[in-house]
Amino acid sequence: MTAATGEQTSAPLLEIRDLTVHHGQLRALEHISLRVFSGEVYAIIGANGAGKSTLLRTIAGLHTPTEGAVLLDGKDVTKVRPEKRAIAGIGMVPEGRRLFGSLSVEENLQVGATYARKGPWNIGRVYELFGWMRDRRSQKTSQLSGGEQQSVAIGRALVANPRVLLLDELSLGLAPVIVQRIYETLPQILATGLTVLLVEQDVSQALRVATHIQCLLEGRTTLQGIPADVTPEQVEAAYFGLGPAAPPAEAPGEEQLWSGSTPSSRAS
Amino acid sequence: MVWVNAIIQGILTGGLYALFACGLSLMFGVMKVVNLAHGDLAVVGGYVALGVIAVTHIPVLWSFVIVVPVMAAGGYVLQRTVIQAALDRGVLTTLIVTFGLSVVIENALLQFINANSHSLGVGNAIITDSFSIGSHIQIAYLLLLIFAVAVVVLLGLQSFLSASRYGRMIRAVADDKEAAQLSGIDYRHVFGIAAAIAFGTVALAGIGYGMYSQFSPTTGTDTILLFAFAAVVIGGLGSLWGTLLGGVVLGVAQQIGSQINVSDQVLAGYIVFLLVLILRPQGLTSRRAQS
Repeated sequence: MTAATGEQTSAPLLEIRDLTVHHGQLRALEHISLRVFSGEVYAIIGANGAGKSTLLRTIAGLHTPTEGAVLLDGKDVTKVRPEKRAIAGIGMVPEGRRLFGSLSVEENLQVGATYARKGPWNIGRVYELFGWMRDRRSQKTSQLSGGEQQSVAIGRALVANPRVLLLDELSLGLAPVIVQRIYETLPQILATGLTVLLVEQDVSQALRVATHIQCLLEGRTTLQGIPADVTPEQVEAAYFGLGPAAPPAEAPGEEQLWSGSTPSSRAS
Repeated sequence: MVWVNAIIQGILTGGLYALFACGLSLMFGVMKVVNLAHGDLAVVGGYVALGVIAVTHIPVLWSFVIVVPVMAAGGYVLQRTVIQAALDRGVLTTLIVTFGLSVVIENALLQFINANSHSLGVGNAIITDSFSIGSHIQIAYLLLLIFAVAVVVLLGLQSFLSASRYGRMIRAVADDKEAAQLSGIDYRHVFGIAAAIAFGTVALAGIGYGMYSQFSPTTGTDTILLFAFAAVVIGGLGSLWGTLLGGVVLGVAQQIGSQINVSDQVLAGYIVFLLVLILRPQGLTSRRAQS
């Protein structure tokens, strides 16, 4: 609801206008638009290959769009190099964590803080957020478990004090318990005033934390709104690209898989 | 006793080989560039020293104060322009470009200077002297000085990489340049710094080589590049101590070879090089195999 009031009073912190991105011949994103307002947790959901990661990577500057624009706080950053966007306040936890494997935990955080903006986050605060980290700060990150690596990746993005934090598929390759634990830190992160744009295959997780969701399917938006306003049926239809009247009988067996309230059981 | 002497001489020349090799290893480790012009850059360093000495009349031993920064600056510029452009087109393109650079440098030296051999004569009595241990071991002060400089440079480089802010950035970029960009790091600038270090160290090695031996326009590819490659491969990529060890093993092998037969000096070094390639392709110190 804060998002709704924000929409009327202020400009979006991050805006994507009519974005089209190609990977070679393949069109990964088609005319995607979105507006993320300060303080929001904006979740992009969608199945594998829906273009979610491409969207985040394009926002971070790692892909060049064929069409459309990326605006940070009203300023067009479409032509700005990724490192300059990072310094301007677009932080990202990339898919697959992408830590510096030959560097220690602390060195990873120090690299993250190299061009830090002023703000509430620093290495000490990250150690408070993840209790285990301080004692193991001199360990090489290649020796950590997947969940621990994910935490370091989050910490590395936080210490730069980004204005908007892009989280790409935090749940990827992690056990549900670990994913749960990582998402439990999100409220503490949001309490510092950070805006989050996250991408998830794990829909139930995304619905739990998001203030706004947008569903992608094969590079197009199929659904968007506030989690409270969308029904699980709508999400299912948007996620799998089923028409609103698609009879479940045509896909026997899938009903069983969907017995949870969301398709997350398939995704994880 | 002659064998002990051979080993000592080998260790000391090994320091010079390591100094040649560390820049080659750094450029490969950070930007995956195999710099085929690396040997020629050492020769260029020697010629620049000759020019600097002729113009400013500073002592040969101190010529590095000007030559090393000049070469380092050249390295930064070359990396940000020609080599980066090649990298953007793919890692293999850098092989062609650095090979071309090597040809250009050699022919430019032949064209604008001449094919004669030059050396950097150290007119200082103490440094050209040597001291003896027993009757068979004679150690030249100059060679000892070059070895000491090599160890100091490698030590300094090691601590720069492991403890300084820029060193940390260089290691981060070597691990994952895209992730480094997400932390606000311009990897092209970091590549430039790594190239500056490589050019600076190889210029220093070139000056050392010129004081110890002679160089001509083709020495870079004939001798220095091959010795540097051998030292890197023997020691194992990615470790400066490995490079020092590689240089020392190469130097000792050459000296032992020349003890057997003077004409076997270079051959013995390459036999060790091939043996390491066959038996331990990842090098003596490196644990992980590197492609």
